[in-house]
Amino acid sequence: MSNAQKHWEKSRSLLWITLIIWAIFSMGIFLFGAEMNEVTGPFGYPWTYWFTCQGSLGIFVILIFWFANRQEKIDEEFGFNERGDD
Amino acid sequence: MIKGKFIDNLPKVYGIYTGGFIGFIILMAIGEQMGMTAKAIGVAFVAFTIFIYALIGYLSRTAQADAYYVAGRQVPTVFNGMATAADWMSGASFVAMAGGIYFKGYGYMALLVGWTGGYILVATLLAPYLRKFGCYTVPDFIGTRYGGNLARLLAVIVLTVASFTYVTAQINATGTIAAVALDIDFKYAVYVGLISILLCSMLGGMRAVTWTQVAQYIVLIIAYLLPVFWISNKMGAGFFPHFMLADEVARIGELEQQFGFIKNSAADLATVPKGLAGITKAHAAVNATPWAFISLALAMMMGTASLPHVMMRYFTTPSVKAARKSVGWSLFFIFLLYSSAPMLATLSKLSLIDPTLSTGIIGKSFAEVQSIDWFQNWNQANLMFISDFNGNGTLELNEFFMGGKAVVLATPEIAGLPYVISGLVAAGGMAAAMSTADGLILAIANAISHDVYYKMIDPKAETAKRLLVARVLLVIIGFAGATIAAMEIQGILGSVIWAFDFAMSGLFFPLVLGVWWKRANREGAIAGMALGLASSIWYLVWVRTGGSGFLGLTQLTFGIFGAGVSLIAMVVVSLMTQEPDKATQKMVDEVRVPSGRTVTGK
Repeated sequence: MSNAQKHWEKSRSLLWITLIIWAIFSMGIFLFGAEMNEVTGPFGYPWTYWFTCQGSLGIFVILIFWFANRQEKIDEEFGFNERGDD
Repeated sequence: MIKGKFIDNLPKVYGIYTGGFIGFIILMAIGEQMGMTAKAIGVAFVAFTIFIYALIGYLSRTAQADAYYVAGRQVPTVFNGMATAADWMSGASFVAMAGGIYFKGYGYMALLVGWTGGYILVATLLAPYLRKFGCYTVPDFIGTRYGGNLARLLAVIVLTVASFTYVTAQINATGTIAAVALDIDFKYAVYVGLISILLCSMLGGMRAVTWTQVAQYIVLIIAYLLPVFWISNKMGAGFFPHFMLADEVARIGELEQQFGFIKNSAADLATVPKGLAGITKAHAAVNATPWAFISLALAMMMGTASLPHVMMRYFTTPSVKAARKSVGWSLFFIFLLYSSAPMLATLSKLSLIDPTLSTGIIGKSFAEVQSIDWFQNWNQANLMFISDFNGNGTLELNEFFMGGKAVVLATPEIAGLPYVISGLVAAGGMAAAMSTADGLILAIANAISHDVYYKMIDPKAETAKRLLVARVLLVIIGFAGATIAAMEIQGILGSVIWAFDFAMSGLFFPLVLGVWWKRANREGAIAGMALGLASSIWYLVWVRTGGSGFLGLTQLTFGIFGAGVSLIAMVVVSLMTQEPDKATQKMVDEVRVPSGRTVTGK
């Protein structure tokens, strides 16, 4: 397998991990919206309400930065890193 | 004070700008104390900010294609994040979102989740790869990846249908705000809004839009957050509302129990002015089925990843790496506003319905409510209405009606904040609607000028001629949008959601599979775009004309059906026809490698 192919394999598994986390917090948890809302969560808000106001949204922000950093590491590992910018 | 290249000085330039804007707010506050009228303050806020945007637009004028289409590909990540956030957060996000949460509660919150979750798809599936590709527009990617004018043209058509649906709503919003702030007729206010929008984009294209959008983001985020924090502190609800409103949310729940949701008769409701609604849904309880919530969130997420005016913002970053990071910053800046909207809805609702608060009106006598200044103002503006259905002389929860926009526009006044805040909010709403309209009009005009005119009609056209065509199209599309906006067909939010559904039906899979599935070919993409868009339009018309729909897909989520058709059509047709040639496959391989020159060689 060539260098580029290996890089793509690794990038693809990172994609799947990211998309699974995304699917859980954007859709999965809301299958149990009614049940989850009975329980008090962060800052005293009901859990479901908190997820829709802040939780899921905040997790998405962190997830993108985490994904970007992991992808950069993969790019560096295979020598595809770019220079001269940030 | 400013030396060297403009790009190196960005933090300083926008720092001074932010300081200047805060100075202007303080100046207006002093003016108010010295007897400046509310109207004068409103006019000053809207006119001053528009003047600044127009000035930035003028200073960013350009005669180079690279600067006009992709801002020279040198916008730093954080600033591109701000520009994208302004591009993204429309008049609807700013003016109507808190209202939607206020009236519809949980069912509406799916939009918050969808409009943020979509950025994960943008960051992982598309933005970095399209940046590597090096295209000017989204149809440029489709046209080059799949080859042929038909694929390119179809992408332009989907883009135009989706973006145009969206842009009329934005021009409508600028018109609404200009009409209130400048006190002119809506029919003319729409064109005032349009001219302000064009002033920002005409001379400098993407470069001008980028730098005005950053300026607009700063105005709109100050205008949104300042009142939320101020009201929360004034009510004693907590100095950092996001972490401290649990008691208020619980208190609303108690009051809802106490008052009960009494259903009004159809005859009574017929007397309520159009567009106003009462509180009929619980504030923080789960009031939608899992599928209703998830399908709406999913439709908005896929739509986010298909809207060209967002995607093209990531063509302006200096590198692929920067494009990825920039998506993160975009979402962070969006998060600042979106996470505040539910807090504003909570504060607004509690201050209106809690009888123990001085601002509460439920339980007061009709004569008392009618004598309140702010009630008279907003009643006159057709955004508030009360009617004594049961004839007992006191206002009940089911007898109070409000327009969705009033939550953002009227809450500062209800909470007793000085008028300068209302002026600020008007300027913020204007900034939000203008920045989105600019991005959308530019996306349409660029696609038509670059992909239809330059790539199909006159490939030998000189840069000067291409940019002239681009500018003429900008004006034509703007005026077409304003003319339709002046007819007031759909509410602000309705047409925004349709745009997401149209975009995902036609573009999501052709874009994603273009990068992630090498076997996808021209015939498949053509089938995917054409059948996806056609089936979504058919489904919308069917549901609108009394059709029952299926799978619980409504006129808000019909894009899921369209995208499903698009996916199946694209895969089946691709597999039935020849695989793409070697050159195309090599192109896809190149897109997947982040380093090196762009695929188009620019």
